[in-house]
Amino acid sequence: MSTGTTTYDQAPGLLAERQGSRMQRLARTLGTPGGAVFILCGVLLAAVVAANPNFGEPGSLIRFIGRTAPITIAAMGQYFVIVAGEFDLSMGSVVTMQVVISGNLIGQDESRILPVMLLMLVLGTLVGLVNGLATTLLRVPSFIVTLGTMLALSGLVLYLTGGAATGNPVDSFRQIGRGGIRDVPVVDIIPYPAIILVVLAVGAVLLMRRPYGRTLIAAGDNPDATHLAGAPVWWVKTRAFILSSLAATVAGIILVGYAGVHPSVGRGYEFTAITAVVLGGVVLGGGRGWVLSAAAGAFALELLFTLLNFLGVASTWRDTVQGVIIILAVAAAGKAWRAGLRPRRRDPATTPQTPGTTAGDTTPHTPGTTAGDTGPTPPVPGTTTGEN
Amino acid sequence: MSTSTTTTTTSTRRRAPITSTGIVFVVLALTIVAGAVLTAMSGRNFFSPGNISAILTGTSILGFIAIGQTLVILAGSLDLSVPYVTSLTSLVAGVIMAGQTSNIVLGVVVALGVSALIGLVNGLVVTLLDVHGFIATLGMGLILAGYLATNYKGSAGSAPRDFRLIGATNIGPVPVSTLIMLGCALLVILLLRRTRVGHHLYAVGGNREVARMSGLHTTTPVVLAHVLCSVLAGMAGLLLLARLSVGSPTIGAQGGYDLMSIAAVVLGGTVLAGGKGNILGTLGGVAIFAVMDNVMGVMEVNPFLKDVVRGVVIIAAVAVYARRTSARPPRFGKQPLGDRALQEAS
Repeated sequence: MSTGTTTYDQAPGLLAERQGSRMQRLARTLGTPGGAVFILCGVLLAAVVAANPNFGEPGSLIRFIGRTAPITIAAMGQYFVIVAGEFDLSMGSVVTMQVVISGNLIGQDESRILPVMLLMLVLGTLVGLVNGLATTLLRVPSFIVTLGTMLALSGLVLYLTGGAATGNPVDSFRQIGRGGIRDVPVVDIIPYPAIILVVLAVGAVLLMRRPYGRTLIAAGDNPDATHLAGAPVWWVKTRAFILSSLAATVAGIILVGYAGVHPSVGRGYEFTAITAVVLGGVVLGGGRGWVLSAAAGAFALELLFTLLNFLGVASTWRDTVQGVIIILAVAAAGKAWRAGLRPRRRDPATTPQTPGTTAGDTTPHTPGTTAGDTGPTPPVPGTTTGEN
Repeated sequence: MSTSTTTTTTSTRRRAPITSTGIVFVVLALTIVAGAVLTAMSGRNFFSPGNISAILTGTSILGFIAIGQTLVILAGSLDLSVPYVTSLTSLVAGVIMAGQTSNIVLGVVVALGVSALIGLVNGLVVTLLDVHGFIATLGMGLILAGYLATNYKGSAGSAPRDFRLIGATNIGPVPVSTLIMLGCALLVILLLRRTRVGHHLYAVGGNREVARMSGLHTTTPVVLAHVLCSVLAGMAGLLLLARLSVGSPTIGAQGGYDLMSIAAVVLGGTVLAGGKGNILGTLGGVAIFAVMDNVMGVMEVNPFLKDVVRGVVIIAAVAVYARRTSARPPRFGKQPLGDRALQEAS
């Protein structure tokens, strides 16, 4: 392909994302799948408020954010794994495990809250470590590894509990998920889950801007190149699995508050989280997407369910609507990413390539192209993320 | 590729004469030996005709689905909608048959037609809309789940006696259902080995871009794989109908056939990324699961603990293959990442 020379004519060193005014950049960002999900959120919110004006009050909005916090946090955890090009199917089982542990070990003893929470975090880290090391060092596909941990953990939890609801943690622990700061002007109450969500979201954004985040995206985009650049890909990916399990742990702690202790809490969480992440324009196969888009994807999903609720759609149709939405969203996102990958190439010799490699269908690197050809593709994944 | 020299030397130094399918069957043999010993310790005979028949019966349903799943995975996609297709066909066929022997053919044809249609939609979404197979079939699964939950509150339909015989008849110790499953496996093996589209399936799964540049129609094999996968899932649904004599909207999801079939395929040595693997290995993987289930059943292991054992075995078994394949030269330029990761770790 002869595009290597043409690009050096256009402003070298100036990436596409840095061009134009702030407004132009914002508009361009909203055109990408990662930005479009925010528009989707806005549209859905408007629709929900139109269907039920009470929902638009600040008080009920902030409560909604609090309710959505667990799945949003789980989606952000899943994001780290997906952007690294892997899957974490064990998330739901980790949520269940943590819920059952807190129910059984804390009991009515307030002094046990901190040690048990520490234990839960350690166990979460351990699950993530096992997932990560089995994926990277044993080279078992993450789909299989996390499927195995999912079966093992959920089996163990069901065996220990006998499949029935057991244990009831002390109320002050349940306040983490249930309570909030009261008597706040305007919104009346700020739920603790909303605060946890905001803190974790800020932390996740900062983390993705640090060298770790950049390396993680690079490792998801092209592990070989990242390895050759000197990054410890195996450890970067393992830490992504640990982050995912820890996110599931936090989601579990919150869920104890208002869902109670039951072995069915957390069932299906992994697929909902993956759906949310994908809805946020993050590409399965890794290397593309923004962490807040994943969070927005979770919000869009919950808003969709709320809308269906208010419209009186039978809850059994929820799944169907969700299925249609994710297929359409991913199809649209795939088209948009591909369109965005070669916006300013005018060389007629460049034919649109259908990307398709072994891992994910949307990797932009077509095998067989020379190194010089990567020059013209402006959206280096790291910058895409940072500039959004 | 800069490291190709080192990879070649490692491969020449320790070239294993045994194929990956061979390893699957070695593992299967080990499972059978361990199973026989454990069964004997419980005071039963593992090789009694009744027990063998039970194991073979256990292979048939997962077998149908795993054969289809192998095709889809070889083509570089995934199918997570199979459990819902299974449930739907069991209901559709059960309702159409309604206990009348004269309706059997109609019921079977309509049920398989519906499942083929679902597979066609899956395949078209994956190929034309360029949606990742994981999402496309997850979405299709959700769509079907919603339809099933809305329209069927419980079991429906009934299978006539003649149809139930398919699930109940044995030839010697071998159930007819298992023979049908093996027949399907044979047909699919012939498809993969002897036909043009079968070879194209491997090519597209290995590297779609290279296949396209080589002048193949990349859509046809993928769509065909999805259609066949759904039809085979539909046959599993028909078999479940024959066994239970009623159609059930939750039977597929209860079995967890989506993830278990993928696990069986990968356990059988097929590469999850596509392009490499075969049906024989998958049958071995299914048999390993069936033997494990049977032995745990004989030993009266807690059903929840069975899942724990399954999970650990899946990871451990696949780790064995993965470590082994990492010693071979890459087929399509993918470098063995884990080897280097190991070097870094040590």
